[in-house]
Amino acid sequence: MVRFILSKLLFLIPTFLGITIIAFGFVRILPGDPVLLMAGERGVSPERHAELSAQLGFDRPLVMQYFEFLGRLFHGDLGNSLVTKKPVLGEFLTLFPATVELGLFAIVLATLIGVPVGVFAAIKRGSWFDQVSMTAALVGFSMPIFWWGLLLIIFFSGILGWTPVSGRISLMYYFPDSTGFMLIDSLTSGQKGAFTSAVSHLILPSVVLATIPLAVIARQTRSAMLEVMGEDYVRTARAKGMPQRRVIGVHALRNAMIPVVTTIGLQIGVLMAGAILTETIFSWPGIGKWMIDSISRRDYPVVQSGLLLIAGMVMLVNLLVDLTYGLINPRIRAS
Amino acid sequence: MKYFSRSLIAVSAVALMSAAAAAEAKTFVYCSEASPEGFDPAPYTAGGTFDASAHPIYNRLTEFKKGTTEVEPGLAESWDVSEDGTEYTFHLREGVKWHSNEAFTPSRDFNADDVIFSFERQSDADNPWHQYIPGVTYEYYTSMAMPSLVKSIEKIDDYTVKFTLNQPEAPFLANIAMAFASIVSKEYADTLEAAGRQEDLNNMPIGTGPFTFLAYQKDAVIRYRKNPDYWGTAPKIDDLIFAITPDSAVRLQKLKAGECHLMPYPAPADIESIRADDSLTLDEQPGLNVGYLAYNTTVAPFDNPKVRKALNMAINKEAIVQAVFQGAAEPAKNPIPPTMWSYNDAIQDDPYDPEASKAMLEEEGVTDLSMKIWAMPVQRPYMPNARRTAELMQEDLSKVGVNAEIVSYEWGEYLSKSMEPGRDGAVLLGWTGDNGDPDNFLSVLLSCDSAGDGGANRAFWCNEEFSQLLQDAKVTSDQAERTAIYEQAQEVFKDQAPWFTIAHSTQYVPMSNKVSGFVMSPLGDFTFETVDLAE
Repeated sequence: MVRFILSKLLFLIPTFLGITIIAFGFVRILPGDPVLLMAGERGVSPERHAELSAQLGFDRPLVMQYFEFLGRLFHGDLGNSLVTKKPVLGEFLTLFPATVELGLFAIVLATLIGVPVGVFAAIKRGSWFDQVSMTAALVGFSMPIFWWGLLLIIFFSGILGWTPVSGRISLMYYFPDSTGFMLIDSLTSGQKGAFTSAVSHLILPSVVLATIPLAVIARQTRSAMLEVMGEDYVRTARAKGMPQRRVIGVHALRNAMIPVVTTIGLQIGVLMAGAILTETIFSWPGIGKWMIDSISRRDYPVVQSGLLLIAGMVMLVNLLVDLTYGLINPRIRAS
Repeated sequence: MKYFSRSLIAVSAVALMSAAAAAEAKTFVYCSEASPEGFDPAPYTAGGTFDASAHPIYNRLTEFKKGTTEVEPGLAESWDVSEDGTEYTFHLREGVKWHSNEAFTPSRDFNADDVIFSFERQSDADNPWHQYIPGVTYEYYTSMAMPSLVKSIEKIDDYTVKFTLNQPEAPFLANIAMAFASIVSKEYADTLEAAGRQEDLNNMPIGTGPFTFLAYQKDAVIRYRKNPDYWGTAPKIDDLIFAITPDSAVRLQKLKAGECHLMPYPAPADIESIRADDSLTLDEQPGLNVGYLAYNTTVAPFDNPKVRKALNMAINKEAIVQAVFQGAAEPAKNPIPPTMWSYNDAIQDDPYDPEASKAMLEEEGVTDLSMKIWAMPVQRPYMPNARRTAELMQEDLSKVGVNAEIVSYEWGEYLSKSMEPGRDGAVLLGWTGDNGDPDNFLSVLLSCDSAGDGGANRAFWCNEEFSQLLQDAKVTSDQAERTAIYEQAQEVFKDQAPWFTIAHSTQYVPMSNKVSGFVMSPLGDFTFETVDLAE
């Protein structure tokens, strides 16, 4: 197992270096430069443009800029935002818990609903439940997030008045961030009603963010289950007279879970993409919206370091997924 | 589900009860659009940043009178201008208290040292505060040409400061009423420097304004409290909260749900539903802006004013105002909006007359003309949909035999490419005023100086007579005289037609019926010291 973990970790190094190049290069390939965007309609004289570019270090060759970026990175310096002038790492750490809280809630929601639905649809293959749930999954998978989010807001917050429109907690509660996770902070704040308010603010955005992963997980679980249930060992188990519940719970589900775990792991990337829109709709102060704003302003340091941090997180999650395989299936460890 | 909805109702009931308890302390919630870049107004240029920093927290020597672009006394009670218009002596208000916070309690009132510090940190590259955050620049100070304008700032005594200018400049008093010229505390800066926490000038602001800063949760909420020692009329609300809500449809939902009291920038498509809602009020006024199509006046045949005029007559302005602005705009005949002083209402707009246009083009020997129309890739208050505008223009021009091709670029590239000399095509763009002075439109967008490198004159139009008039107006301090000069300049503009002027869009501010006392600013600022909330 130790060798397995080490080999996975070693593989991370070239991946990480590759990501630094992509993160650095990506925002610079886009046309338009931050100095011009800052000046806007007013324009900027060539002298001032050169002066500002030099001050920001953009006048040097790209290769040099890249190695400086890398050099600072190894010293833990991710640079300062061109817009707010604040350290990128600090901003990331302020905003990241909000995204994690939302993402975790969404992925748990998607898994808790998606897996049972998929299993049940596979067992009752061809039934009305199978057909309805798989059609719903197809619709969910193709849902335009922005439209879906607004629709839910208008219906549940506007018409029914059940949930708040946006934000993380009612504005009447005010306590300093201690962990950045609103559910934890509101509990420890000791303010009456704060936790309930935080939960009610989390419902709609996590439903919106969970929609696509839920659909994918349900469909993946169904097809994995169907495949496994045709295997010889399942037939053998049945022939032994094992009860249906045990056949499915122990023999089929455990084997079917391998591709499902992969899918859940891969959904982390999908969640990040969904978070960008979900955070914008629900005024959720997370890193998705932060990245979009920075890209549109060509805030190079934020985009390159932010991408790197996000990619780092996704890599970490994928590593955990790989390690989980090892636990579920010893054959993977050996190979 | 039943339990679920009941518990949510219980939550809302609790919220209502607490809201009732909180009603004694009046809390006003503004659903703002963008996150502030920081709380020191000098390094930034975005209006949303100033609404969160300069307006609630700080004051300036001069201020814009509420709801107008007129300049009135602020931290300077009065001022004298020398005969030649190059020396401004400001007499400062006494007894103005600075805010305090956990790290700072002021030991003295506002005085001349604060004024000098506030300007010198921007002008003097050797000032230790010039680069108090790595990479900080003072773009507004630079772009308002302050470095070349201000020769020196002297302290005469604790409550008298003299600015000496290199040349007379009538808009100077309006310039220093702008957000970038907000006065910050020298004593606070010294305290921060001693503690090695300079960046807190930008994070934990101390000002003299109507509200004191409490806290900012990035991209979510900004909290302020009424300044009990405010030198002006005290605010009527106790707490001011900015709930940052980037999407306009969501802002409207929040307003309707009572989660905030006032919102900026509603979507044009929502205006009708806002009007129909009994719980909401909609304030409106013409914006201090202009949308235009700038010809390249250096390239044939667009160097011929008659050709430009003929093209202007080919385009149906009213149709654009209806289709693109959905009627929420006034057709523009001048380069400055009607809310600005010196607007020349006597000017007749070129009529929409395709027949006459065709005849004029033939007269000038222009046949089979092909041209490009540049459509901006972004939405702006002065131009809600540039692509659609360009399409309507294309259609109109085809009726007079002009073949127009629409082009577009990424925004940053659009801004730079459209300034390249010899540019092929006419450019759609616009402008929103900074300080309400006509010079801020005319000189910035149409003078010979701005037709060069890095200027904003995208027609590359350099008319000696026009530029001379602007120069004359700049060195005249009498507003009646300046008005006469600018009126004449607008005649020259109309006659020469470097632009097709499109529209001045209307600004809308939806708010709850409970709100009273909100004053719309022609400059597009959102300020809350005059607002009140009904119980």
